[in-house]
Amino acid sequence: MAITESVAKAAPVAGRSLRQVVWSRVRHDKVAMTCLVILILLYLIAIFAPLICKVIGVDPYAFDGASISDSGGAPIGDWGGISRAHPLGVEWGTGRDILAQLLFGLRISLLIATSATIITVFLGTVIGIVSGYAGGRTDAVIGRSMDLILAFPFLLIILALSGVLTQRLSSLGVPEGNPSRILYMILVLSVFGWPYLARIVRGQVLSMREREYVEAAIAMGARTPRILFREILPNLWAPILVYATLTLPTYIATEAALSFLGIGVLPPDTSFGAMLANSVSYFSVVPSYLFIPGVVLVVLVVTFNLVGDAVRDALDPRSGRV
Amino acid sequence: MSDQPLLRVSNLKTYFPVKSGGLFRRSLGQVKAVDGVSFDVNAGETLGLVGESGCGKSTTGRSILRLIDPTSGRIELDGVDVTDLSKKELVPFRRTAQMIFQDPYNALNPRHTVGSIISGPFQVQKVDPPGGVRAAVQELMERVGLNPEHYNRYPSEFSGGQRQRIGIARAIALRPKLIVCDEPVSALDVSIQAQIVNLLKDLQEDFGVSYLFVAHDLSVVRQISQRVAVMYLGHIVELASREVLYTRPLHPYTHALLSAIPLPDPDRQKQREQITLNGDLPSPMNPPSGCVFHTRCFRAEDRCKVEIPELVEVAPGHVLACHFPMTEMVIGTRIEGPNSGLVEMPNRDIEAPSEVIADMAEEGRGGPVTADYVGDPDRD
Ligand SMILES: Nc1ncnc2c1ncn2[C@@H]1O[C@H](COP(=O)(O)OP(=O)(O)OP(=O)(O)O)[C@@H](O)[C@H]1O
Ligand code: SF4
Ligand SMILES: [Mg+2]
Repeated sequence: MAITESVAKAAPVAGRSLRQVVWSRVRHDKVAMTCLVILILLYLIAIFAPLICKVIGVDPYAFDGASISDSGGAPIGDWGGISRAHPLGVEWGTGRDILAQLLFGLRISLLIATSATIITVFLGTVIGIVSGYAGGRTDAVIGRSMDLILAFPFLLIILALSGVLTQRLSSLGVPEGNPSRILYMILVLSVFGWPYLARIVRGQVLSMREREYVEAAIAMGARTPRILFREILPNLWAPILVYATLTLPTYIATEAALSFLGIGVLPPDTSFGAMLANSVSYFSVVPSYLFIPGVVLVVLVVTFNLVGDAVRDALDPRSGRV
Repeated sequence: MSDQPLLRVSNLKTYFPVKSGGLFRRSLGQVKAVDGVSFDVNAGETLGLVGESGCGKSTTGRSILRLIDPTSGRIELDGVDVTDLSKKELVPFRRTAQMIFQDPYNALNPRHTVGSIISGPFQVQKVDPPGGVRAAVQELMERVGLNPEHYNRYPSEFSGGQRQRIGIARAIALRPKLIVCDEPVSALDVSIQAQIVNLLKDLQEDFGVSYLFVAHDLSVVRQISQRVAVMYLGHIVELASREVLYTRPLHPYTHALLSAIPLPDPDRQKQREQITLNGDLPSPMNPPSGCVFHTRCFRAEDRCKVEIPELVEVAPGHVLACHFPMTEMVIGTRIEGPNSGLVEMPNRDIEAPSEVIADMAEEGRGGPVTADYVGDPDRD
């Protein structure tokens, strides 16, 4: 038994790409695999939320006067009115289904966090590569701009400008109301998020620019695009992937915090932050309003972080050959 | 055709500006990494380029390939003046000259397979070899002693020597006429060094490529070069055929480098005296006046501090920049030098390893250096 094991370990490593290396490492990490499965499920749920709601027979927008008391609008029944028709209860005052809201909220939270992560990664990578490879004055100008952005009182600006800027987005043709507000959140997260990645990427490119394989490519006659995308970019996937997997959960949490502060989506739509914000007024009476979105939020953030950690470990050159 | 050298470098200067950091970059000075270097490389020959670390060997090689833009001077390759070609105009010229790098770990992109590394030149230069790129690459792999089945492996799975072979395969892929080898074996085990040197020699015999072979000591260069140039602080101080340079060197710095070659016989190694140079290489930002070597030269005199020694041809094919060249008379005797007091000069077998002397004797080319070779009336 022990012998076969050690033989298996000593078997020569065949040539593998970055993807194969990461995958083979993550696959052997039980925690990471569990989290990955949970994440995939959560994304599927988010994508198919309308369908799922229809199958279960719940609707995030439908008022249900029968499930709340006529006077004051308190849910009828324990735990916020949990019943067969409303598995997680109903909203105070309207009787809208909590489960349906949770699914649609998940959809919006993931939409915002995922889009913002994609834009952040794109901006951070492109700007970081340009800054690092061009060097000189370009690098200096980009560097100072990043300092400026990072020095901004992020929260204050977002809150102060949310009204003006969402209106500006609407006037640019984005449908008014929640689409504008969602876009605003995505843009805000990306605009204030990219400099962190750009710095990491720039540093990597700076050291890579001096590598002899880049010089070899120039000596072959390769032009700048080929050098950037064929020689340098493939070596950046590792830090980019790690950054992305660790940034997404912070964006989910930030989105929730911003919604809580009132610049998120408006009813009838909802997100985790909006649900949490609503729950505060009823916490002493119906604590489940807080716990239900709270637990899902924590699960989401923690699983993302665990996967991110696993990816980082898998890519860590100190943990073996990459 | 053949009366013209493959590569002609004339008065090449490459200075690096030193700037302060920040948005407003002030110029703080210049590193004169290469400061007026001239030499030729003939078709099918190997020119060794030797000098201690930081003397500008790599910068010379890189400037020739236009990986760095030279400050002034002329580079003619295969009859074309490439000094002022634009990046775009350079692309076809890149087929003619290639480079092999010192560090086999940094020279290969860790994210590319061997196959894609060696097929790079074909893709970039849009060359479609008969039978396809893959077949051509596998043939190259076989030629340099790699298993063609390892086409899809990554560089991390190869040893240093094998990686250097991959780098060589990439360099010869498009059959260049010149390869700049920048210390191609310095990072390798001694046992593997010989294999790589032999591979380079074989390739030269096969298709007549020329090498500019850079090294920081004279021992490896001896195995491969027909002629050797010795560089010090951005200048060529002596250039001669291998036989002459190893047996009758004239420049004090060449003597110092020769005395640093370890001898195979440990007893003789113990007996012989080494010329140890005083101090470090001066900063190329602020090179010494007169002869750049005068701060460390055991033969320096006042004249050396003020007058730059011209690089002159003291014998056919033997150029030298020194006011007070070493002659046969001083070898093995005590000489006086203002910097180091009395310096014991090495005796004969130090600068001429025995097998070279034997070669010389056979060919009847030994014999003392005569005074008229030296061309220095002050001295003799
Ligand atoms: N890109 C650069 N910018 C500024 N200075 C440089 C640059 N490249 C080289 N130098 C300087 O130029 C001088 C010559 O460097 P070069 O690399 O050509 O030396 P070398 O003879 O190849 O040395 P080694 O044996 O260490 O490779 C050194 O002083 C070095 O610090
Ligand atoms: S010129 Fe003078 S300082 Fe320079 S190498 Fe000759 S003897 Fe030495
Ligand atoms: Mg070098």
